Parts: sequence; structure tokens; C-alpha cells
Amino acid sequence: MILAACLIPFAAGLLAFFVPWDKPRRVLLILTALAHAGLVAAFWFILPEPRVGGWFELDTIGKYFLSITSLLFLAAACYGVAYLSGEDRGDRTDVEEGFIFQNAPEAVFTGCLLMFLATMTLVLISQHFGILWIAMEATTLVSAPLIYFHRHHRSIEATWKYLLICSVGIALALLGNLFLVIAGSIEGQKAVPLVLSELIGRHGELNVLWLKAAFLFLLVGYGTKMGLAPLHTWLPDAHSEAPSVVSALLSGALLNCALVGILRTHQVCAAAGLGEMSSELLRGFGLLSMFFAALFILRQPDFKRMLAYSSVEHMGIVALGIGLGGSAVFGGLFHAVNHSLTKAALFFIAGNIMAAYNTKSVSGVQGLLRMLPVSGILWIAGFLAITGSPPFGSFLSEFIILKSALDQGHYYAAVIYLVVLAAIFAGMAMIFLNMAQGVPAPEMKMSGARKESVMMVFPPAVFCVLVLLLGIYIPEFLRETLREAARLLGGLG
Amino acid sequence: MQELTEIVMVFLILANLWLLASSRLMVCIRIVACQGIVISLLPFLINRHLLLTEFLAVAGVTAALKGFVFPWLLRRAMREAKVRREIETSVPYSVSVLIGILILAISLWISSRLPMPKPELTELIVPVSFFTILVGLFVIVSRVMALSQVLGYLVFENGIYAFGVALLLEQPLWVELGILLDVFVAVFVMGIMIFHISREFDNINTDQLSELADWNSPEKEGRR
Repeated sequence: MILAACLIPFAAGLLAFFVPWDKPRRVLLILTALAHAGLVAAFWFILPEPRVGGWFELDTIGKYFLSITSLLFLAAACYGVAYLSGEDRGDRTDVEEGFIFQNAPEAVFTGCLLMFLATMTLVLISQHFGILWIAMEATTLVSAPLIYFHRHHRSIEATWKYLLICSVGIALALLGNLFLVIAGSIEGQKAVPLVLSELIGRHGELNVLWLKAAFLFLLVGYGTKMGLAPLHTWLPDAHSEAPSVVSALLSGALLNCALVGILRTHQVCAAAGLGEMSSELLRGFGLLSMFFAALFILRQPDFKRMLAYSSVEHMGIVALGIGLGGSAVFGGLFHAVNHSLTKAALFFIAGNIMAAYNTKSVSGVQGLLRMLPVSGILWIAGFLAITGSPPFGSFLSEFIILKSALDQGHYYAAVIYLVVLAAIFAGMAMIFLNMAQGVPAPEMKMSGARKESVMMVFPPAVFCVLVLLLGIYIPEFLRETLREAARLLGGLG
Repeated sequence: MQELTEIVMVFLILANLWLLASSRLMVCIRIVACQGIVISLLPFLINRHLLLTEFLAVAGVTAALKGFVFPWLLRRAMREAKVRREIETSVPYSVSVLIGILILAISLWISSRLPMPKPELTELIVPVSFFTILVGLFVIVSRVMALSQVLGYLVFENGIYAFGVALLLEQPLWVELGILLDVFVAVFVMGIMIFHISREFDNINTDQLSELADWNSPEKEGRR
């Protein structure tokens, strides 16, 4: 059962490469997304059996992030179908520089999208560090063609940076894995297998020095993929050049997968008595990421890049929460779902804005509320949610982290956290509000940009409502899952 | 046995230095291929009692990929991009060789300070593998051509492989093969991207890939 979650999208992805007609292929995309979501929903009621000697197992952390991924993919599939049918065939004009380019074949796009889901699922269900690594590198390779969907020189640049930086980063994580093997090698015995439960169970036998080195390399390696500053350099380029539906998945789902890779290592470190060191590093990288993101969000001229930097910021917040320990772990994990839903919604709407205004620049967009009323309202709602304003869920999670930081006496961290959040709020308010208000340029009105299609507004609307509801009430099953996951990570439930 | 190991290690060191000094892409591809084959045969050199099917299978697949498939893919990319040699580098060749020697010293120093589980086996192999890893990173950073960066990635990967294999770290067969598959697909995808880069820009220099940034220099702003 557990492997089916990975194999179904994989098989569908292979099939999609060879389906020559657009309509059936789009139906295949939606059906696979539905099947995956259904399967993952079933996992909440019947926990699947571990497979292959415990290499594949769905623990609470995996289940939580797998559910986010699956939900996001379902929305992205719905949005993506509408998006693909709106893309012109043949030659297209670039929105920024006005040259002519073409799209990659749609079959490749859909196939890679489904493979992307398969590889992300594999990351989340694998308990073996080797398999985790293989799956993580595979996510990079199948998502590179997605970024290069619009075939022009800027997307080539983004794709090349993404491929090279992430591959090198993940290769460092491979070195980290080897260090982990050395840490588990004991003279005259078989080495401890790289399975999470074994490593945690036999923590007393691990060599502490090598474990430290392993954590450092895995943190840097997977941190590159997760977008922790200063390793985030691929992220704004890839997110801004990829089609919006891909950006939403990269930001909302892929970064979480990389986070899970780090969390697994953190679990081993905590068990072996190195929790203090790994937490400290996570806190440091978290605060640094928030700070870097704030620098680039202020006065950012490109709204998709702004959203990308905001992902760096939120991954920083999550890392900070995990690193603080105590009740902040709960807050950090809860923040992950808030961020994923909000950011996906914002990228979807950014796609709608780009379709209507033909620009990514903040100054080129005015009068959003008049031009695209529904998207405009959602854009404002998304702004409030992403900056952690009450009553959205992200306010709650950010507040839990702040409170925990103060309770534990991390006053410096708390001050930096608050200052950065305030700066980002101000920077984003300028961007979002300027875009929403005002009067659209007269020629825009005349051109009568496309009406907002239901499929392209519905997914972000649902996500905004969900984040709002999470801020008002966390359902019992979610609270219980978060508590359990926080306990696994050494925090308070 | 010890002597043979030493000769191989010296070969690996020289191969890395040669790579740093060479501007001809064809030569670079051949060096990296030879290095790959040698590294995939390392485990037998260290321990002759290893002639098990499992080890043989992994070593055979690795040698075939690194020695023949990757060079073939890269040569194809080279032909499609119509390039023969790297003309500009951000670091001159003579300086890169000097930096290479510096890197060698650093890797010797680092590995002398690491507590290894089986020190008698790994005396030479660990510094050489670190050296290879660092040279790979340096090539990625210092070379301008996309193809050379892929070569750097391969050298980097060779170094990691040497480190793992030389220590006889026990990884399950499936994991080994999965890692190889990933590297293969990575080189494949990068090859495709090189083709697209050459078509888009008429050459494969990555210094043209510098438009996306948040702080552009004024002259570039003017150009846009």
C-alpha cells in the first residue's frame, strides 16, 4: 500500500509521456492527483504496513508532510489544467523583453509533473537515508524540465543554476550519508544500517564526532535544496522563471521535502545527545535566512521573486521553530502547513495576474481589485496570511514560536525575529497594496483581459479559507498529529 | 600490493592536476573517464578477497557508466555545441595548478586529523579522495563553460565515490545502484541543457547566464 503512493504517479508519469492527445493527458493528471490524495487520506485511517525491512514506512512526520504535498498537488493539477489550456500554441511573445519563444511539449511537462509527485512521495516515505538521498536528487532532476517549460534564455539560466547548485548541494549530502555510515561502523561488527529507527535505537554505539560531521554536511546539502540562506541562490531565479503552478509546488511541497531530510538527521542527533548542537545550527540558519529574505523583499521590483524570497523567510521560521525546541517545534511544524497553503495560493494568483497584465514587475500592475476582483481579494487575503496577521493560521504559528523563544530566554533571537517580521510586513505591504489599489491603465481595460476562470480562482480561494480556518480552530486530529511529530523531534507536544 | 596502491594514488593526483591545467575539452573528458574507471576498481585493489558477485556488479556498472557512457554523452554535447576548448576561465591555468597543489596540501592536512575506522587501509586514499572532491568543486566554480562545469561535477562525484568505496563502507546494493542511476540522469539532463544553452546563445559559456540577479551592475541595467 505504501509503495502504491509512489508507484501510481510514477506509472502515470511514464504514461503521460506517450499520450499524444492533450485532453486525455490532462484527465490523467487530475485522476492521478485524485487517486494520490485519496490514498493519502486513507493512510490517516489505516496506517500502511512498513515495507522492505522498514526502509519504507510512514511515520507521523512523513504522514503530515505527505498530506500537505498531496493536497497541494491536487490543487496544482486543477489549476494546471486550466493553465495549460490557456497557454498559446506555437510561437509566443515574452512578457518582459518581447522576443518570440516556444513552450516545451506539454507531454513532457505533464509527465515530469507526475514524476515530481512520485519522487517527493518517495522522499517522504523512505526511512533509509540512502533512499532518501536518491529520491531527493531525483526530485531535482525531474523538476528541472518543469522550470524550463517556457523555452527562453532566462529560464535556461534559472534551470542551469537550479540543476548545478542543487546537484552539488545534494552531493554534499551524500558525503554526509557516508559520514553517517562511518559513525555507525564499530570495530569487528556489522555497521549500523542507515535506517532511521535503527540509528535512533542504537544511538549509544554511534561515533559522536562523525555524527557531528554528518549532520553538518546533510544540513548544508539538504539546506541548499530547502533554501536556507546563504545557500538559497537558486531559489528566487527558479521560482520566478518557472510557470506559476510549478513555483507553487516547488515552494509549497519541495522545500518541505528537503526540510524532512534535515529533520530525520536532527532526530538521530537528538537521540545521540547532539541535540544541542543541531538545534543551535538550525536556529542560526533560520535567523540568517529570515534576515537575508527581508533584505531582498524590501523594494523588490518583481512580485514573483518577492514570493520566492518570502519562501526563504518562512523556511527560516520553520527551522528556527524546530531549533528552539519545546513548544516551538509544534509551532514550526504548524507553520509549515500554513506556509505551504498560503504560498501555493499566492503563486496561483500571481499566475492569474501575469496572464492578465503580462508582466512580473510590481510597478506594471495597478488596480488589481478592479481588474480581477476575485484574484484581487485573494491577493490581499494572501498578503495578510503570509505576513502572519491575525486571524490567519500563520499568526498563530508565528506567535507560538515567539512565545516559546521568550519562555526559553532566547531574547536576542526573539528580538531579531520580531524586527525582521516587521520589516517584511512593511516591505510586502508596499508591494501588495500598490498592486491591488489604483486604477488599471486604460488600455488594459480596453484589451479586456481574460475573465478569471473558475479553475484558476477556486484552488487559491480554498487554500486561503483553509489557512483562515486553521487560525480560528485547529482540528483535534491535526493537533494530535502535530503533537506526536513534535515529540519525535524532541519538542513538547 | 602497497606499491600498486601508491602508484594508483599518484595517478589520481596527477590526473586531477592535469585536468586543472588542460584547456582541451576532449583531453579533460578522457582524464575524467580514466579517473572514473580507476576509482570504480579501487575496492579490489584494497582488498583482493572481494570478488563477490555483488561487488563485481556494482564495479562493472560504475566503470561502464563513468568510463564509457558519460564520455560518450559529453562528447555528443561537445559536438552539438561545436566547441573544442575552453578559452576564457575566471582563473588562469597556471594559477589553477598552483591552487590545485594548495588544495592537495589542505586535504592531506585535514585527513591527517580525522580519526578513521581502519587507518592502515585508508592512509592514502582518504586525502586523495578529498583532493578529488575539492578539485571538482574548484573546476565548477572557476570554469566558465557549461560543459566544464559538468566535468567538475563528475570529478566531485568521483571523489565522493572514492571516499565511500575505498573505506569499504557497506551500502546495500540497491542504494549503490540508485545513486549511480541518479548521477547518470543528472549528466543526461545536464547534457540536454548544454544543447539548449548552445542553441540559445551560440556558445556554452555560463557567464552569459547572469541576467537574473537582484543587484545588477549599472551597465547591465542600461542594456536591459
